Amino acid sequence: METLQQLITYVSTNADYIWVEFYRHFLMAAYGVLFAAIIAIPLGILIAKYGKLSAWVLSLGSIIQTIPALGAMAVIMLVFGLGVNTAIFTLMLYSILPITQNTYVGMKSVDKNVVEAAYASGMTRFQVLRMVELPLAVSVIMAGLRTAIVIGIGIAAVGAFVGAGGLGAIIVTGTNATDGTAIILAGAIPTAFMAIIADVVMGWIERKLHPVKTS
Amino acid sequence: MLEFKNVTKRYSSQGRPAVNSLNLKIEKGEFVCFIGPSGCGKTTTMKMVNRLIDISEGQILINGKDIMKQNPVELRRSIGYVIQQIGLMPHMTIKENIVLVGTLLKWSKEEKDARAKELIKLVDLPEDYLDKYPHELSGGQQQRIGVLRALAANPPLILMDEPFGALDPITRDSLQDEFKKLQRELGKTIVFVTHDMDEALKLADRIVIMRDGEIVQADTPEEILRNPANEFVEEFLGKERLIQGRPDVVTVGQITGGSPVTIEPQATLKTALATMKDKKVDALLVIDSNRKLQGYIDIEMVNLNYKKATTVEKVMETDLFAVTEDSLLRDTVHKILRRGAKFVPVVDEENRLTGIVTRAALANLLYDTIWGDGMELEDEKPKLRAL
Repeated sequence: METLQQLITYVSTNADYIWVEFYRHFLMAAYGVLFAAIIAIPLGILIAKYGKLSAWVLSLGSIIQTIPALGAMAVIMLVFGLGVNTAIFTLMLYSILPITQNTYVGMKSVDKNVVEAAYASGMTRFQVLRMVELPLAVSVIMAGLRTAIVIGIGIAAVGAFVGAGGLGAIIVTGTNATDGTAIILAGAIPTAFMAIIADVVMGWIERKLHPVKTS
Repeated sequence: MLEFKNVTKRYSSQGRPAVNSLNLKIEKGEFVCFIGPSGCGKTTTMKMVNRLIDISEGQILINGKDIMKQNPVELRRSIGYVIQQIGLMPHMTIKENIVLVGTLLKWSKEEKDARAKELIKLVDLPEDYLDKYPHELSGGQQQRIGVLRALAANPPLILMDEPFGALDPITRDSLQDEFKKLQRELGKTIVFVTHDMDEALKLADRIVIMRDGEIVQADTPEEILRNPANEFVEEFLGKERLIQGRPDVVTVGQITGGSPVTIEPQATLKTALATMKDKKVDALLVIDSNRKLQGYIDIEMVNLNYKKATTVEKVMETDLFAVTEDSLLRDTVHKILRRGAKFVPVVDEENRLTGIVTRAALANLLYDTIWGDGMELEDEKPKLRAL
């Protein structure tokens, strides 16, 4: 009860600060996923077209995924220094695998007969990609982005250790303070909340983009 | 229209070619079925026409133009294509699917709408289907749309890869009929790949039977049934189909009964009656001394005129329908049934009587058709024939 009261007091006195960090946290995750998407979607398309690459690329992605985020961030910090760039770059690395994987699966799951019919109707390679394969794969690709952003929101919290700010900074403050449970919660609850909201919104977009409309 | 010149396809540099030095000429408006066991190269041959598969050697000419010298994308837009798996775009409406090639050719919206409406009438589907999605349609309806998509840009040539293979037999049958009718109306040239002999016999103007990448026989369905090129073709047609096919090609001569009961025109009705009684028949064929057919007389005529007339000549019916030995049985059967005749005399070119086809002979043939050629039956159930 005491903690709850403390939490309410902290949140009411620091509402502006929490909101600023919340926004910053979200932007980090969003940028990380955005940059990852710019690389990972074309990569996914490429490995779907040239099957031999797929095993290599996907296992490389899995290896990256196994490195603890904190460790990776520490190493990347050596290159980018302290600050938000390190956090965004780390986020990007961790987002590449789910997006690539889903793009690959999405492209592969497009019915081969549909693709053959598309070519036989006289579509160019680019037209097949734009008019057939991407529209049919887009919801699976969106599912990849959804996974990536949820992971990204979690990893962004670690970004506080390299001076990137965000809700993680509030959590770190709480761990350093005596009796800081309320402060930790003030950082952790919005993080979890953000992840849930992101998941729901992306899930909704994913369904909206599903190619086969069911009335 | 379409010509294959020594067309060869190798998938690997060694090994047997998938299609080996194939030569074939297909005329405009012709419906050609490629048929053969799986792996015989029929689908490969078809896909080389619109360059989904590239030719290794030789040439394919469409209206005298080498397809390898044309842009593959342009080429494909000018050739219709229908596949067994239909391959409609699941994210596009039926209308968008039908006029897909039109979209690629940058037709205006009005043109596309008009064409879609025009086409969907061809297959008797209501216009509001145009706004549905493929998954809302049954398999048969989807394939109708698949066919319409191939027709959209009005290509003179359409390639079809077992288009009705995945449909249930009833739908398949009605689609085959519909499509054959459509093809005749529109005068399209069709290259049709199938493994279903019944389908090929039903639809094709010409059947190309392939094995191991080579043409075994290319001929009309009738000719293939009548003269299978070799054992492979016979086996592929199947014994049953050859027997079933026989009524189509059997001539009257093959089932003619040898010696019909005859009488001369000068004979008296009394003699005629005696002959009938003697031979246990109810009708006699009247022939003159040169065996030329004059007419026939049956028991009723004798009965009615017994008191009035004396000779057969005065009573006999001269309006008699006769066939020659080389006329096709199927036509004969048709005529017998239509006229309700009990028999048909068989004559040679000079109208001399050589035999007779009776209803009993037809019944025998029917028996053979249903039970096989009878020989096997005798081995298995020797008593059946005696019954």
